[in-house]
Amino acid sequence: MSAHASTQPTDVKTIWGGGTSPFGISYGKMMMWFFLMSDAFTFSGLLTAYGFMRHKYHDVWPVAGDVFTHFPFYNGHIELAYVAFMTFILIASSVTMVLAVEAGHRMDKKGVIIWMFFTIIGGAIFVGSQAWEWYHFIHGTEHGAVREFIKDGVWVKEVFHGANLRVNEYGHPLFADFFFFITGFHGFHVFSGVCINIIIFIGVINGTYHKRGHYEMVEKTGLYWHFVDLVWVFVFTFFYLL
Amino acid sequence: MSHDTHAPHDHSHDHGHHHEESFIEKYVFSQDHKMISKQFLITAIIMGTVAMFMSTFFRLQLGWPGQSFPILETFLGRWAPGGVMTPDMYLALVTIHGTILVFFVLTGGLSGTFSNLLIPFQIGARDMASGFLNMLSYWFFFVSSVVMIASLFVTGGPASAGWTVYPPLSALPQAMPGSGMGMTLWLVSMSLFIVSALLGGLNYIVTVVNLRTKGMAMTRLPLTIWAFLVTAILGVLSFPVLFAAALLLIFDRSFGTSFYLSDINIGGMALEHTGGSPILFQHLFWFLGHPEVYIILLPALGINSEIIATNSRKPIFGYKAMIGSILAIAFLSFIVWGHHMYITGMNPFLGSVFVFTTILVAIPSAVKVFNYLATLWKGNIVFTPAMLFAIGMVSTFITGGLTGIILADAALDINLHDTYFVVAHFHIVMGASAIFGMFAGVYHWFPRMYGKMLNKNLGYVHFWLTITSMYGVFFPMHFLGLAGIPRRYYENTNFPLFDQFTDINQMISMFAFLGAIAQFFFFFNFFYSIFRGTKAPQNPWGSTTLEWTAPMKHMHGNWPGKIPEVHRWPYDYNKPGKAGDFTPQTEPMAPGEEESH
Repeated sequence: MSAHASTQPTDVKTIWGGGTSPFGISYGKMMMWFFLMSDAFTFSGLLTAYGFMRHKYHDVWPVAGDVFTHFPFYNGHIELAYVAFMTFILIASSVTMVLAVEAGHRMDKKGVIIWMFFTIIGGAIFVGSQAWEWYHFIHGTEHGAVREFIKDGVWVKEVFHGANLRVNEYGHPLFADFFFFITGFHGFHVFSGVCINIIIFIGVINGTYHKRGHYEMVEKTGLYWHFVDLVWVFVFTFFYLL
Repeated sequence: MSHDTHAPHDHSHDHGHHHEESFIEKYVFSQDHKMISKQFLITAIIMGTVAMFMSTFFRLQLGWPGQSFPILETFLGRWAPGGVMTPDMYLALVTIHGTILVFFVLTGGLSGTFSNLLIPFQIGARDMASGFLNMLSYWFFFVSSVVMIASLFVTGGPASAGWTVYPPLSALPQAMPGSGMGMTLWLVSMSLFIVSALLGGLNYIVTVVNLRTKGMAMTRLPLTIWAFLVTAILGVLSFPVLFAAALLLIFDRSFGTSFYLSDINIGGMALEHTGGSPILFQHLFWFLGHPEVYIILLPALGINSEIIATNSRKPIFGYKAMIGSILAIAFLSFIVWGHHMYITGMNPFLGSVFVFTTILVAIPSAVKVFNYLATLWKGNIVFTPAMLFAIGMVSTFITGGLTGIILADAALDINLHDTYFVVAHFHIVMGASAIFGMFAGVYHWFPRMYGKMLNKNLGYVHFWLTITSMYGVFFPMHFLGLAGIPRRYYENTNFPLFDQFTDINQMISMFAFLGAIAQFFFFFNFFYSIFRGTKAPQNPWGSTTLEWTAPMKHMHGNWPGKIPEVHRWPYDYNKPGKAGDFTPQTEPMAPGEEESH
């Protein structure tokens, strides 16, 4: 092909002229980028829906600082401390992923193994922490809240604790609906990310990518992993900080 | 890195020479873009036939409400006791008719068939970037189609909330018979469809960007490829939002959340749901729904550009304006969704913003129409069936587009919303236009797909009957709509003021049956020609594009030996100073020759 090209120069010389990839990347990596754009739109749709409802009920919307006050092995209340810890772990796992990709560029198999290992551990801690956070949100407080509803034609009062998909002790039920749905959807992404990382990790240990001569698979999963972290930054901001 | 990007070429190249395929690999789980394209087309034809029969059934009810037609009982069974279809079945039929045509025929079928066939051929690639994902895309589509058809046979009947599945009808399983299992299957089917669209779309995009042959600059791409590329980008960005909406809907249906449900009573019983908003669903749905219109339309417009230029034996007029208008339409499609929701009580100021952005769409659309007309002008027109359908598409695009401007205006739309005026508008501008584009594409590229020619005379009969019945059905609907007849009503016999329109409704039904009969000319022609058609010559229409340089007998990797190189744009028809009335893209520039565009 190249010998042919030298005898007959093509008249379009830009990188978009065909015969070569304009961005100098493989189709797989580009597919990952477009998939992430697509996924970003799914999350945007969900977060926009969240904003829509929160705006509608802004006067009865719970303040996250009053809801998430637990910390493991500590009986007092500190606002948002645990979720800050989770967020830190997840962002740290992004850093270790960068280091794994960088080690891959240097064809440093041992480095990739070490840094991917830490990434997987970070992801697992995050998923576990989210389960813990959910547990406390579902469990609720000692005092609970009172709700009134019609049963067999008469109004009855009932004390209930915590939140689920139907009721929410801390305020409007839609807060709980969206919280479970969006953090659950994100948590599912993190969980998938951990699974994918483990699969790639096994591949790295077996030397599959070393034999292939490049660690692009690590780079592609890295893209996904960073995306999941980035989404969490938005979820964290919208649910906890604002 | 460059080694990487070229790997797919070399791989499929080897593939073509060394590998004998089993039946399953070749015809069922094929990874070859040409076979996948045929699979999409055949599936779409079958689905389209089902949807077409549904429309004839509900046209019977609309033309002669309450009258007994034994054939309905034959097909619909207990849904049409005594030959009169029940209101539930009527709603189910319009819902599934819309769903199948919008998603399965004109999204999956149209993009799936022609993006798969033409992208590798016209850009000069051996195959799609990932044959495996391409195969998955088809099989997700197939399973999705099977689930949708299966939903016709469940106890409560198929989904009946309209193809837009607005809650609460879609969110409460107990709302109506079709809201139960039928709706669940609808959502399952659509989830699978979204996966299919995503896998297909990703493949189309990266193939066009990464795998163009040498010299195939973006400004030398045929307009078909531009349209498919932009369509794929629209799909990849808008379907995920429908996915989000569908997930929330599933939670409302099955897990007791209240995203879309507010305080509701059913049969005197108050439900536990509180606080949600059905308007939220409409926003999410139409954020997909409007780009979806262009996902349907753009491929048809791309196909049209190609066919009109080829058969006018003239360069396409305004090539760069065409690209610009495709991009403009795609961009605008994301900021106009509110025009489906003028009557939801939105702030009138917001409404006027949507009026403005919606009417802006008329500009790039008009650019396209004028470019088609200018291409036809003084052309040496060859009236092949494909060309007739392409010209017919220009006609329907104008007719339907004009009513689009009327409906874009919130003040008028508040009167016309949910009347037959809207039915007429979108069936002409999106339904008929896209179907015409699809037929044009089938007539034009059938030789490329099957190596046979379609019968021309049957094609002419098909075209004239189709366009006559199409206008016969939808044109009178404008007047019905202006007179106030609402859409989706099972019958209007309780409104004496509508009695005067009975005749028009019967005439519309007659034309609908004629249109259905016309399609049998196509079905016969299509399936007969696959086996018995005359053998196609190498380049039957005298086209300049690369797909006609590949051997007519399909082979893996498309071209034996090297992939052809490209030296000019695809519309060098009757170029001054050139012999013959077309110059293929592969022909090198003569010394001193200037590129045309």
